[in-house]
Amino acid sequence: MSGVLVDTTVNGDPVQFACPTDEVLLDSLRDRVGLTGVKEGCGTGDCGSCSITLDGQLVCSCLVLGVEANGRKIDTVEGLSDDNTLHPLQEQFIEHAALQCGICTPGFLVAAKALLDDNASPSEEEIRYALAGNLCRCTGYDKIVRAVQAAAKQMRKKK
Amino acid sequence: MRYEAPTTTKEAVTLLAKEKGKAAVLAGGTDLLVRMKMGISEPDLIVDIKHIPAMNAVKHSATGTKIGAAVSGAKLVKNKAITKAWPGVVEATNLIGSDQIQGRCTMVGNLCNASPAADSVPAMIAAGAKAVVVGKTKRRTVAVENIATGPGKTSLAKDEVIEAITLPKRPRNSGDAYLRFIPRTEMDIAVVSAGVNLTLQKGVVKTARVCVGAVAPTAVLVPDAAKAIIGTKLDADALANLAAACSAACNPIDDKRGTIEYRTKVAGVLGRRAAEIAFKRAGGA
Repeated sequence: MSGVLVDTTVNGDPVQFACPTDEVLLDSLRDRVGLTGVKEGCGTGDCGSCSITLDGQLVCSCLVLGVEANGRKIDTVEGLSDDNTLHPLQEQFIEHAALQCGICTPGFLVAAKALLDDNASPSEEEIRYALAGNLCRCTGYDKIVRAVQAAAKQMRKKK
Repeated sequence: MRYEAPTTTKEAVTLLAKEKGKAAVLAGGTDLLVRMKMGISEPDLIVDIKHIPAMNAVKHSATGTKIGAAVSGAKLVKNKAITKAWPGVVEATNLIGSDQIQGRCTMVGNLCNASPAADSVPAMIAAGAKAVVVGKTKRRTVAVENIATGPGKTSLAKDEVIEAITLPKRPRNSGDAYLRFIPRTEMDIAVVSAGVNLTLQKGVVKTARVCVGAVAPTAVLVPDAAKAIIGTKLDADALANLAAACSAACNPIDDKRGTIEYRTKVAGVLGRRAAEIAFKRAGGA
């Protein structure tokens, strides 16, 4: 395949892929790396379902070119669990039924993790602001906010 | 489409100057990639400026602060010195989109996208910010209010890029503020906005700059609104005169998001409120 060779680290592992210059990272991750946890909702940075972190910074992978990922560290929802142990956020999303159709869920989990990495005990308002870039048309958000609060609590206890 | 990631500004402008087709500068990409997806923009060459050290740096000097063109909103807000000196500029920049967008978006991108509703622009204009413009043969410094010339249009030549934004040295007893009106609480485009920057001397407004946004083809600096409050302690009359000057400077569109009458009125209200916040931040009472 013609394209540019991109050298990255994805969820801690070295990953190489070749992609056309106009391909967005969302498509590279799904179609070339095989990580389908990252979802395409709007494709224009409004819905957050393609959220990943790039060098630790939360971004929409639909607004990043695949070639821009060269030399950078990518983390996706697939890196959240530790082998067979779910991340507290994943456990609490299940516990609180914070999802219905599930399309937005990977993006919410990645964005919520970025929040909790930065702030171990966010207020409800802080959670709602931090997740304002993630849209969910099923849950009405309350269950998601409660799941994040519960996960934060669980993570604080562990420390 | 070719993708180039030069490591110097000189290389970047050479690439832009040499390109025979359409070229686009990529910083955060939060506007460019959307335009490409929609088919509005189909560049033959993309010049990614994020590998240029000067574009990623924030530098403080005796004359002020220089913020590189590739510095994201998320990075800007972590800079305590800028947040303390220019809270209005930082809060305006942080209103651009969600946390995901903040991770990528830049002040210069916001400026060069040239939307009349750009959030960071009225705050930068009020702050007296200047753009460091680099072309193939020369560098020039341009006041931010002279960059956008209309919706989606700028005064930059094909071979020019903005390398950084400079904010002037902050005198004591200064404050700035930015307010926008949106029908939602988050994630929306300004219907009307206003930025105010002022410096006090013995509790009296000594200098001021007032700028309104989303009420004309570009953000508008309103010298009459500044004149209305200079020499005052921001009393009710001064504020009323500032509001009237802001409204008088409006030349808005009429659309479903706001009528001409509504935008004109609200520009005055936001100008007044932003002035009150800036005054308080400057230590005024």
